Amino acid sequence: MNKILFFAHLRDEVGEESVQLEVAGKTVAEVKAIVAEQYKVAKLDTAMTAINEEFAPNEEVIQDGDVIALIPPVSGG
Amino acid sequence: MYEIAKENIDIQSVIDKVVQREAGAITTFIGTVRELTKGKKTLFLVYEAYESMAVKKLEQIGTEIKERWEGAEVAITHRVGRLDITDIAVVIAVSTPHRADAYEANRYAIERIKEIVPIWKKEHWEDGQEWIGNQLETVSYPTGKPEEGDLNE
Repeated sequence: MNKILFFAHLRDEVGEESVQLEVAGKTVAEVKAIVAEQYKVAKLDTAMTAINEEFAPNEEVIQDGDVIALIPPVSGG
Repeated sequence: MYEIAKENIDIQSVIDKVVQREAGAITTFIGTVRELTKGKKTLFLVYEAYESMAVKKLEQIGTEIKERWEGAEVAITHRVGRLDITDIAVVIAVSTPHRADAYEANRYAIERIKEIVPIWKKEHWEDGQEWIGNQLETVSYPTGKPEEGDLNE
């Protein structure tokens, strides 16, 4: 099982801070597609992804237990 | 040295972290909440962070600075929660043996924060509110991550 975290506008759109999904073996790109479909969120193509708190490319494969964060363009500072 | 703060940031305490006998200069950057952006009046901001990762990314920025500017010490504290106009959002202190490096390294730190640290601001105006992506959405990440050079070291 994998925990998927949402932040900023994505959290507002999904209505949850996190959800549990079974996505081990899938790539980051596939996870984004699943999330976009299931939760009807737009703008996922501009979101970065972190696996276990480190940025990960679209091709990276998810392992069981990985924590996945969908990170909209940041605006700190 | 790297913190996400839920209360007011004490500027002096950030500066104190980078005091070192080898330093000839300390530069301090204080980011504050601006009232007007392109003529639009902000009432207040709410900052949110993916806190555990944000601290790691601030540490990464510190590591990058120490690799580029020899002898540098870096401390960064970023605020989260509701901030009113003129409140302090971020404090960056950098000490180095010579002043030019302290200025350059401090500028580098704030620019990197705006690229890789998972912190977001929500602007509240008189007529609404919105999470701000990178200003004007001039940057997108079609590959799903920051481009070459934005990743770890």
